[in-house]
Amino acid sequence: MMIELLIKLALAGFVLFFVLNLAGFHTWVERKQSALIQDRIGANRASIFGFRFLGMLHGLADVLKMFTKEDIIPDRADRTLHTLAPFFSVFFALVAFAAIPFGDQLIVGERVIDLQIAKIDAALLYVFAMLSLGVYGVILAGFASRNNYAIMGGLRATAQMISYEIALGIALIGVVMVYGTMDLSNLVRAQGQLLWGWLPMWGIVVQPVAFFIFVTAALAETKRLPFDLPEGESEIIGYFVEYSGMKFGMFYLTDFLETILVASLATTLFFGGWQVPYLSPDGFHFPWGGELPVSNLVYVLFGLASFSIKGLVFCFLFMQLRWTLPRFRYDQLMSLGWKGLFPIAVVNVVITAIVLAFIGEAA
Amino acid sequence: MAVKLVRRPELTFWEKLYFPQIYSGMKVTFRHFFRNLFLHIAHRLGRLKGTPASVTIQYPEELRPLMSRYRSRHRLTLRDDGSPRCVGCMLCETVCPARCITIVPGEHPDPHVEKFPERFDLDLGICVYCGYCVEVCPEDAIRMDTGILDLAAYSREAMQLDIHELMDPELRKPVENCSLDFPHRCEITGGEMKGSWGHLGHGD
Repeated sequence: MMIELLIKLALAGFVLFFVLNLAGFHTWVERKQSALIQDRIGANRASIFGFRFLGMLHGLADVLKMFTKEDIIPDRADRTLHTLAPFFSVFFALVAFAAIPFGDQLIVGERVIDLQIAKIDAALLYVFAMLSLGVYGVILAGFASRNNYAIMGGLRATAQMISYEIALGIALIGVVMVYGTMDLSNLVRAQGQLLWGWLPMWGIVVQPVAFFIFVTAALAETKRLPFDLPEGESEIIGYFVEYSGMKFGMFYLTDFLETILVASLATTLFFGGWQVPYLSPDGFHFPWGGELPVSNLVYVLFGLASFSIKGLVFCFLFMQLRWTLPRFRYDQLMSLGWKGLFPIAVVNVVITAIVLAFIGEAA
Repeated sequence: MAVKLVRRPELTFWEKLYFPQIYSGMKVTFRHFFRNLFLHIAHRLGRLKGTPASVTIQYPEELRPLMSRYRSRHRLTLRDDGSPRCVGCMLCETVCPARCITIVPGEHPDPHVEKFPERFDLDLGICVYCGYCVEVCPEDAIRMDTGILDLAAYSREAMQLDIHELMDPELRKPVENCSLDFPHRCEITGGEMKGSWGHLGHGD
């Protein structure tokens, strides 16, 4: 019992370490990627003993700056809620990672370790619940600040997140129907099957429409460009106007955490999670006849690498999208969500149901 | 009342799909990204130095090339013997719209030269960089071609140039000792140049 607890703690520590560092790293990626896209150099001045590490220290400098800044709570604000809001935001974004399987079973001696912090039967629902609860951080921040602009920003954010959650949820019903499970690790395992003997049955293959709806809606959930109407850095007064110092930093961190969360969700649901094509627990089985047995450790490492690479590619892609697309107008945002994505998602579910029924009858 | 109808362009179905538009946008950003990434790496390896990877000019280390007619900090040009070309004719002081120049002329030992400046003070905090002093000078004695742009100081006094700094553009306050070998009014005490700004009616 004790050992199992320790293993869970170790897994949680591993995920937290990886995710938080990646979020910090994102500030560097954001600066440098945008700089490269716009023919600039990007922040490169922060240095330790004359070493600049390509400007990577700027993230560190930011954090130091934010911690040493004055933490202002407006006089008429609700002190408790004002302080709680950023913690809510970060907490729900971090907790959602618990249900994401980042590798297959690791076998150490007699023990079988699932590389997933919490093995939940309805993991998908859990992740969505946490993602939805993230709205609380936003609306509380707006409400507790006692600032009309902040409240409006919070309302915009809430309206946007709730609208897009519906499209997001319905898009994923198709995926759940195809694989017949809400357990994310089983869902990933089911994606290891081969279609017609050679094509990995990843989500993108069987549910391409759902994938595009998911990515669009999920980007809207992260509240970053092109959907950054709740708060637009320099132009739009958003729900965290009244925040300063590290509390502001936590809202920023939440944005990056949610980007990573969405990237790992997209990987898990549509790109086979830790699956490597043609790799099953006992080794590679190539459709053209080759076989290459691998040990359990190598298999797990392959899985981890596969998951990380896919996730990072998604992070990169989202960042590229963020620096490519202009912002939506609010009416465009709403009509895209309700008149565009929502009906398409419903039609996708209906068509999936019909196709599945026919396949079931044929079998 | 004249009415002008502005028709907002309707999006075509192709544009409403968003994906083709996103694709073409991503094509641009990806092209820039990978081109610049490749060039940055090549520069690190010492290759393709001729092709810039960014348009950034890293200011304190790199300066933008100046146009030859650019008006930067003033200097007094020198004769071959190192004395100023200025003959103290007061034309620049007279033409200066900002009245930032103060000249006190003195008698030159050479009878062919009428006068020379005992003091030549120029307050950069007042100067408007119009360049009239350069244009008006009959002796080509003052020029604005030092290329010095970083004219910033912590006090107004430091913005007030006197003849030492005008003759040697590299010289900055505080000036330790006077290096001019011709007679001029000069009080350098403790590294600070004290002048006659007060008694010339220019404040202190």
